Amino acid sequence: MITPAQPKPLQGEPLVVHMGPQHPSTHGVLRVELHTDGEVVERAIPNIGYLHRCKEKIGESIGYDAYVPYTDRMDYLAAMNNNWTWAMCVEKLAEIEVPERAEYIRVFVGELNRIASHLVAVGTYGLDLGAFTPFLHAFREREMTLDILEELSGGRLCFGYVRIGGVAEDMTARAMDMTRRFLKQFRAKLDSFNELLSFNHIFIKRTANIGALSGEQAIAYGITGPMLRASGVDWDLRRDEPYSIYNRFEFDIPVGQGLKGQVGDNWDRYWIRIREMYESTRILEQVIDGFPEGSHMGKVPAVLRPPKDAEVYVRTECPRGELAFYMISDGSKVPFRLKARGPSFCNLSVFEELTRDMLIADVVATLGTFDVVMGEVDR
Amino acid sequence: MAYLKDLLLGFSLFQALPISVIYILTAAICAVVAIAAIAVVALVAVWFERKISAHMQCRLGPMYVGWHGVLQTAADGVKLFVKEDIIPATADKLLFILAPGIVFVGAMLSWVVIPLGPKMAATDLNIAVLYLLATSSVVAIGIIMAGWASHNKWSLYGSMRGAAQFLSYEIPTALFIIPPVLLAGSLRLGTIVDEQAGGFLGMGNWYVWNPFCLISFICYYVSTLAETNRIPFDLPESESELVSGFHVEYSGIRFSFFFMAEYADMFIVSALGVLLFLGGWHGPFGINHAFIYIAKVCALLFVTIWLRWTLPRLRIDQLMATCWKFLIPLGLINILGASFWMILTGKV
Repeated sequence: MITPAQPKPLQGEPLVVHMGPQHPSTHGVLRVELHTDGEVVERAIPNIGYLHRCKEKIGESIGYDAYVPYTDRMDYLAAMNNNWTWAMCVEKLAEIEVPERAEYIRVFVGELNRIASHLVAVGTYGLDLGAFTPFLHAFREREMTLDILEELSGGRLCFGYVRIGGVAEDMTARAMDMTRRFLKQFRAKLDSFNELLSFNHIFIKRTANIGALSGEQAIAYGITGPMLRASGVDWDLRRDEPYSIYNRFEFDIPVGQGLKGQVGDNWDRYWIRIREMYESTRILEQVIDGFPEGSHMGKVPAVLRPPKDAEVYVRTECPRGELAFYMISDGSKVPFRLKARGPSFCNLSVFEELTRDMLIADVVATLGTFDVVMGEVDR
Repeated sequence: MAYLKDLLLGFSLFQALPISVIYILTAAICAVVAIAAIAVVALVAVWFERKISAHMQCRLGPMYVGWHGVLQTAADGVKLFVKEDIIPATADKLLFILAPGIVFVGAMLSWVVIPLGPKMAATDLNIAVLYLLATSSVVAIGIIMAGWASHNKWSLYGSMRGAAQFLSYEIPTALFIIPPVLLAGSLRLGTIVDEQAGGFLGMGNWYVWNPFCLISFICYYVSTLAETNRIPFDLPESESELVSGFHVEYSGIRFSFFFMAEYADMFIVSALGVLLFLGGWHGPFGINHAFIYIAKVCALLFVTIWLRWTLPRLRIDQLMATCWKFLIPLGLINILGASFWMILTGKV
């Protein structure tokens, strides 16, 4: 006997929408595959690779010195910090001493670039939520930090300033003056920025209790940087594993408290960056007060040949999290193996889990708090 | 229109013509004036918006075309006119072409009753308020058509959001218009404005001073922000989520129709707000002039622009909750309150 096929219950299939790689809110060339049921996104799968440039392989074929500008183009919003991590890694590999003045300049440019990077993060986050004006106010402040970095390095986005053994140019009196002027008004400007955006009622309604990431989840996914701290995990390499001269300065590590909702929600992730900017201004004040005399460049051999089979792993606290380089030397002019661990790449891994069954608008709002830089995700 | 007809009949040349020709002639003149008014309003309002937003953001805004860029919008208009007319290959061509027209017609129909000053409306319809509510719904049809016909998922989302939003916010808008209508006892805009004449300093009789009408005015204003698709309620467009929402596939002249309709709508709802709540053309110390009326409308337009460049956008569920859980109950209670007010003050 033939049994007639049972009619399937009526059900729709999810509408798949591709957000990106050309989309105003994916912060670069990220493509997110949205499986939607009406306004609800059942799954949001990030697809990466549109900006892949074989960074690691290039590092294995050109010299240690020549790779500095390549690190600029990884996380192009925090190029100084990337240069610095690379320089530290090679210095450890080849056992090169860095003069004290160079260390001060490095902390100086690193923290300035952290402010510049966070200003982009919070400014574009407003843009993601439809607030246009805070974005331009943030960029107005960023302009001042870029002017200082330009005075030192000549560049405004990709600096190539932190070199192996020190920094490319010495600190100038004019840059010091510009920094003092910047610091004098920056906190007041941040306060007014908070009034405009951070404590705006609609803004809080849009961000609080959305996309909450617990501390355990964050650690399980290898989340680092502001995202980890926003989830209530008190961990910052600058304090817990002090590199360079960070142990000489006094600063606090802001941790997410769930001020407007849950710990680790979108508002917390946004707010942690604002608070880090306040802390960075504290570090900058201490740096420019205690600048030592001396050389800005250590003794570096003309041709770098690190010892054979030397192996290092160096990580630093970049604006987006921990950037690390792992390198093996075979005694030649180029590394035998190079691996970069990018914070944006690791942070993005939790995106799919975090955005399950969210509204489209919240997916955009959550992606904004990740503050991914695609240049560094794809490398 | 009656005024214009009498004016025309004053000339001996026109007296020779049959009366039906006179009617058609006056209607044509009114239509041309309405289209010209929309164009001028859009030109000025866009420039206004660009300049205000620029100064809020520490920029200068347009500076090169004309004095402080006054002609920038005209230049942009020319650019949009001469651009290639692109219709996506998979689009529903008929609907795609019709949609901007319908949106524009929706905006234009309102100008039949919206006056530009005392006695300066095409017609002082006795059901003008009802008529305006009806014509503003036409825009929703155009937006749904545009989103559907584009054959683009983003614009489909935009138009679905638009449908939900416009239909929902029609209700509170209507509810908050009722108190001034109750007080004036008429749906005719001319009568409503005349009822607000006089009083303390010539402004005392404005309906906005009545507590229930004050609530009405604020909530009417909020609802119209949603009706005209402006931040914080610009969800059908929401640039950062849906790219550009319902008009993502439109370019050139068709896009400019949407654009002009948006600014014309902004002007209409601001004008209606002024007529219903802020005394229309009745200025302080009994001065009545079209300029006073236009100045008030511009003040409301400024607030709209100011809000747009300050606030973030709401989420779709929050938008709907604001409408159904807050504005509509408040609107009903408000009507009840206004009715009791009328009984207590002996107006009925």
